[in-house]
Amino acid sequence: MFNGYLPMILDGLKVTLSVASVSLAFASVFGLAGASAKLCGSPVLRAVASGYTTVVRSLPDLLLMLMVFYGGQVLLNRLTEMQGWGYIDVNAFAAGTLTLGFIFGAYLTETFRGAILAIPKGQIEAGQAYGLSALQVLWHIVLPQMIRHALPGFTNNWLVMLKATALVSIIGLDDMVHRASLASAATREPFTFYALIGLIYLSVTTASIAALTMLDRWVSRGIRKEEAVR
Amino acid sequence: MINWEIVRDTLPAFWGGLQITIALLLISSASGLVLSVPLSVARASTRLWLRAPVFAFTYVFRGTPLLVQLFVIYYGLPQFDMVRDSSLWFLFREPWFCAWLAFTLNTTAYTTEIFAGAIRTTPSGELEAARAIGLTNWQVFRDVFWPGAWRRALPQYGNEIVQMMHATALASTVTIVEILRVARDVYTNYLVIPESFGMAAVFYLGLTLVLTTGFRALERHYLKHLDPASSMSAPKLQNKAAIHA
Repeated sequence: MFNGYLPMILDGLKVTLSVASVSLAFASVFGLAGASAKLCGSPVLRAVASGYTTVVRSLPDLLLMLMVFYGGQVLLNRLTEMQGWGYIDVNAFAAGTLTLGFIFGAYLTETFRGAILAIPKGQIEAGQAYGLSALQVLWHIVLPQMIRHALPGFTNNWLVMLKATALVSIIGLDDMVHRASLASAATREPFTFYALIGLIYLSVTTASIAALTMLDRWVSRGIRKEEAVR
Repeated sequence: MINWEIVRDTLPAFWGGLQITIALLLISSASGLVLSVPLSVARASTRLWLRAPVFAFTYVFRGTPLLVQLFVIYYGLPQFDMVRDSSLWFLFREPWFCAWLAFTLNTTAYTTEIFAGAIRTTPSGELEAARAIGLTNWQVFRDVFWPGAWRRALPQYGNEIVQMMHATALASTVTIVEILRVARDVYTNYLVIPESFGMAAVFYLGLTLVLTTGFRALERHYLKHLDPASSMSAPKLQNKAAIHA
């Protein structure tokens, strides 16, 4: 039915999924850093974080991706020239995942910030009053509840990002969309292959929703339904 | 740092690209709005046969990347002789038509869910009062459901329109010369970043600013009746809501 191209497409799914998961890791780091910067007392850090979230969320993903991919190459060349290291090629995987992480880090900053603010301040003060260290307060009080509050927003971001990975094909990553275009060109059946990867994306989103619903139930265990913030 | 000569030479091209981007946004969001109002009523209906097909539509279009939807329509459909021999072929071979169709279907899916959510949260007392004074179904929709739902949906709808504007950048992949395509061409010709992608960023930032300011004014108008504390808080740009579990 797919002229033997199915294994190649499924192989591309692996690229798509690894781009998505590595980007999610980067995005979580950017998001946590952004949320901490927005919540800490320093006005400078707060201004930097607001600038980051405002600008990133005002630009199309594809523009940011091309900007980081080509701009990163130029900066890297300039740097290596100065150091006399010779030419280094920007890896499309690194550029793609870093850009997606950078973009969705801005959205996660808001998610994480809201989740931290949703934790009653009294609980953190109580922890400090018991003599817990800052790290212990973070680990035992803030994080477990933050995950529960952040999960709905996190789920949404994961789903949006999963779909945004389709854009990495434009900067030359050999993902599922790129494989589909190769198979389309070879077989002259573009509908078959683009519809096929559409279905694959749909099954991955469906599976993600199912998994994250179960995770949500688990992190919200012991919380009465009407109390669970959704 | 910035080569102003390049900026001067490429500004007319960017200006043209800006007009294309705005045109794409206007036609897609207009048709999306027209389609999603009736669809959201069906989506919020208690009747399964009305609700289910609309949900299937929004689920598929919110669950797949817009880029893939665009490719299926623009590159995919001509695979079928039926499409190529049909009287509509003059439309389906046009990148403009395909981009408009893909953007419309995509934004309709998201907007339908936004409006349906707003309709569902109509206080039941309002509906009962409307029924009690004998309003017809159409009157109930026009005078009770819609005005309230529109107000509740407005902040989210504004976000969706901003997202839609950003999504028009994908039209650059099907040969439409909007802002991003101009930027990519400038980059190919001059191999400069600030004058190509940086310039495009300035245009998109400006468009985003205009849209968010416009929607803030709309909200001030429509949400005037709310208490000052809540109506003064600015709408936050939020991520396009993906499929809700």
